[in-house]
Amino acid sequence: MQIRSVIVALAMSMAGASAQAATAYVTNERDNTISVVELDQMKTVRTIAVGQRPRAILLTHDGTQILVCASDDNTIQVIDRATLKIVGKLPSGPDPENFALAASGSPLYVSNEDDNLVTVIDMITRKKITEMATGVEPEGMAVSPDGATIVNTTETTGMAHFFSAASHTMTGSVPVGARPRIAEFRHDGSEVWVSAELGGTVSVIDPVRRAVTHKMGFEIQGLRREAIQAVGIRFTADDATAFVALGPANRVAVIDTHTYKVRKYLLVGQRVWQMAFTPDEKFLLTTNGLSNDISVVEVGSLSVVKSIPVGRMPWGVVVAPQ
Amino acid sequence: MSARNGGFGFLQYAICLRGIVWREALRFVHQRERFVSALVRPLVWLFIFAAGFRQILGVSIIPPYQTYVLYEVYVTAGLMAMIQLFNGMQSSLSMVYDREMGNMRMLLVSPFPRWFLLVGKLLASTAVSVLQVYVFLVIAWLWGVEVPPLGWLSVLPALLLCGMMLGALGMLLSSAIRQLENFAGVMNFVIFPMFFASSALYPLWLVEQSSPFVYDICRLNPFTYAVELIRFALYAEVNPVALAVVAGATVLFTAGAVLAYDPARGLIARRGGAGP
Repeated sequence: MQIRSVIVALAMSMAGASAQAATAYVTNERDNTISVVELDQMKTVRTIAVGQRPRAILLTHDGTQILVCASDDNTIQVIDRATLKIVGKLPSGPDPENFALAASGSPLYVSNEDDNLVTVIDMITRKKITEMATGVEPEGMAVSPDGATIVNTTETTGMAHFFSAASHTMTGSVPVGARPRIAEFRHDGSEVWVSAELGGTVSVIDPVRRAVTHKMGFEIQGLRREAIQAVGIRFTADDATAFVALGPANRVAVIDTHTYKVRKYLLVGQRVWQMAFTPDEKFLLTTNGLSNDISVVEVGSLSVVKSIPVGRMPWGVVVAPQ
Repeated sequence: MSARNGGFGFLQYAICLRGIVWREALRFVHQRERFVSALVRPLVWLFIFAAGFRQILGVSIIPPYQTYVLYEVYVTAGLMAMIQLFNGMQSSLSMVYDREMGNMRMLLVSPFPRWFLLVGKLLASTAVSVLQVYVFLVIAWLWGVEVPPLGWLSVLPALLLCGMMLGALGMLLSSAIRQLENFAGVMNFVIFPMFFASSALYPLWLVEQSSPFVYDICRLNPFTYAVELIRFALYAEVNPVALAVVAGATVLFTAGAVLAYDPARGLIARRGGAGP
């Protein structure tokens, strides 16, 4: 049995040598740059200067442009993927920290951390549609797969706020753990998970009932509870597995979404923050804010295969096919 | 000597080698507690020492690691080499014992070339140490230390070479030890300094930060290169410098041991023969 598993693992590791060509774009919060990482070479090949304090990063629906929250410049910059030049900006409102794009490609929902607002931007006209008042220090943004529900988390209020995309009004608020960071819908839309940094928990919320149905905590041998802070969340395409970045615990928790149990903790760099899958879901990339690198997790074997140096204090990451 | 053994063919050499290896295997089978105690030592380090150190050791990615590793992963290669170091010294102890008991004389009066007999003994003790290392590796794996699948195979040549080097060192030392009681000196003056002044427990960049002098000692220590050869081989990589140093040291120590055990010239002659 063990021999067979060794052979399977061997075959998997040999298959891993031929990674699909994909490019990762990593925002470096302290350097005001984006690192361009070629995943077939597993190295940073280029660094682009962007606005001040770049944090969240997304691809447009057609994959031709990169959107970056330049928080201290109070704008969202638009970068052309082909030329890697800044070609425009979006009216994000002040201090955009995080954003989410509707599955249809528009609108874009932006959390304005200093103004307690969520700005809604039409991605076709590239104009602001409206602003929605939210709790104090908004951060996490998520749109349901059907585009009807928007979730915004607010750090100081400690809640996940639900908005109607049609009416742009708040329809409910759910208390979660202390300092909620990220909200992420399952691909089937049945649940939204919200991480709480200080609480060190992930709350599973039923978006219809607007109620917390499960709350997960994390325990890592040898680590103080305060060092375990939940941040980024990602689901595999089949929603069977979730990955939760645990900040200064330097680990990513792998969670079985049926049982809500942690299957494994993966050691990555220091203060792991956000994550992104490669398009083929073969790898998951994590940004490690204090060790200035990204770690590459092989999703099939649940093993960390490489850590690649990028700029200082990497925050967000997005991956596109080459 | 060449005139005496001129008539031997491959078969005779094979029979002789089998005899030496068989005796070592018998000794190994009959001394199960020796086998267990050889495993207890590295396992204590792995289970207790590594558990205490896992959060203390600074994170820095050094070859052959491609990403961050826990301390128990780092220390595994060092503990594998530690098993071979103790085994090498144990076989040196057994040679001193053989000499005291007279078994050595029986071996050395054999018409086969002296170098062949000694290399045969080295091979036998290396085989035992390799077996011990693999048992340790399985336990470490169950403890959560993941080794790449290919590493289980690619580490074998490194283990054979390191086993030979440390066995030869033990053999050379045994030629200088007259009595069994003196073996404690080997522990204090050879095993511990070799083990601690190496990259087995902590990476050399960390040693350099605290003491450049100790760092230089570590770099002169052949055991450091044995550890690094095993560490790289575990990840299916070759560390050329480590390979060159370990291979060179193996040749040097083996030649020294063969010379030392030569009744005409060696240390044995000067110290009063190969038997009581």
